[in-house]
Amino acid sequence: MNYDFQFDAVFAAWPLLLRGTWITIQLSLTATVLGLGVAIACAWAKTSGPAPLRWGVNAYIELIRNTPFLVQLFFFFFALPALGLRWSAHAAALVAMVVNLGAYATEIIRAGIESIPRGQIEAGLALNLKRHQVFRFIVLKPALKAIYPALTSQFILLMLSSAVVSAISADDLTSVAANLQSQTFRSFEIYIVVAGIYLALALAFSGLFRLVYRLALNYPDRR
Amino acid sequence: MRTFGFPEFLFILEAARWTIGLSLMAFVGGALGGLLVALARTSENGLARAVSTAFVQVFQGTPLLLQLFLIFFGAPVLGWDVNPWVAAGIALILNTSAFLGEIWRGCIQAIPRGQWEAAEALGLRYAARMRDVILPQAFKIALPPTVGYLVQVIKGTSLAAIIGFTEVTRAGQIINNATFQPLVVFSVVALIYFALCWPLSLLAGRMERRRAAALAR
Repeated sequence: MNYDFQFDAVFAAWPLLLRGTWITIQLSLTATVLGLGVAIACAWAKTSGPAPLRWGVNAYIELIRNTPFLVQLFFFFFALPALGLRWSAHAAALVAMVVNLGAYATEIIRAGIESIPRGQIEAGLALNLKRHQVFRFIVLKPALKAIYPALTSQFILLMLSSAVVSAISADDLTSVAANLQSQTFRSFEIYIVVAGIYLALALAFSGLFRLVYRLALNYPDRR
Repeated sequence: MRTFGFPEFLFILEAARWTIGLSLMAFVGGALGGLLVALARTSENGLARAVSTAFVQVFQGTPLLLQLFLIFFGAPVLGWDVNPWVAAGIALILNTSAFLGEIWRGCIQAIPRGQWEAAEALGLRYAARMRDVILPQAFKIALPPTVGYLVQVIKGTSLAAIIGFTEVTRAGQIINNATFQPLVVFSVVALIYFALCWPLSLLAGRMERRRAAALAR
């Protein structure tokens, strides 16, 4: 291997890489917050909504989980403008991510709700707690604890799969890398550095999530 | 300008054989790699554990798309010419190895420690302990999540479209550029993936439930 690695051009572009990193983080966080909203509504519809709503939510979940994110992205970016809705690559990327995360998180949240033994809820009601008190004091924390690991790893998966939005030239980290590549032709170096940034992000977020777990959720299960 | 008709539909549908081919390649290669990763991750050799842990962290901690780019753009730089088919195949195999390896590690570790100790007490060596005692039991636990992961593998092959490999997604892009009917084109593309993935999802779900029912008894 006699390849002459030249990282100068890559490091010279650090403000661009930093901006791309920030946009990737921002996209992932925004999509997660909005996607969780979608998921909570869908989880409610699935567990206690009327039948037609339940079918609709099921169809949404199955459709999203059994098609590639790239195809969903193309659908939102190319197909909706054909219907007369014009929007930016960034907006299409965000909506595709929200819709995608919503489907996965619905199942996680539903599992969390169902993990609370019915007897505990009945016990709370028998103690004359109000419904919202039962939810706050009996259901919420253990449910949160049960779904926390799945939810946080879903966030990291979403952040990594967001690299795909570069296919429609949204302004995320991988798009920055693709632009740099076409300007400097140092493709190998650029992709090594950018892969390193993603790895650092994934490790940093999973470390942060573990810390939050230790501080806020690390109490014994009462079963 | 062309409109979307039966020939266009057929063009996308025919590309499905490349999606299936790529998926099979990734799954078979990834299963071999995954077994190695799972065995290394559970071994008593510290070096094997460290190397396999690093491998898993790198491939689970970076986007599949970038792994694809690194191999597609990196290999020529190292003096090795690869076509999109080979690049996509290698990237998908490595990625699948990491994920299946972690799934299977969990299944191996789910086998009670006592089974291992009993096999040891019977004087079985490592290979025999693994082959005759641990892996057959782990296999039963591993089947549902492995079938479920196949769906991720099939969906992952869509990324090969970005480096110009003509599978279903790329075929859809080509037809879309010719017909400008993205709504129809990408619905057809999505439905082809759905037709490939949904039966596997249902099968995985059914296997999972049957297993849970067997354990509850």
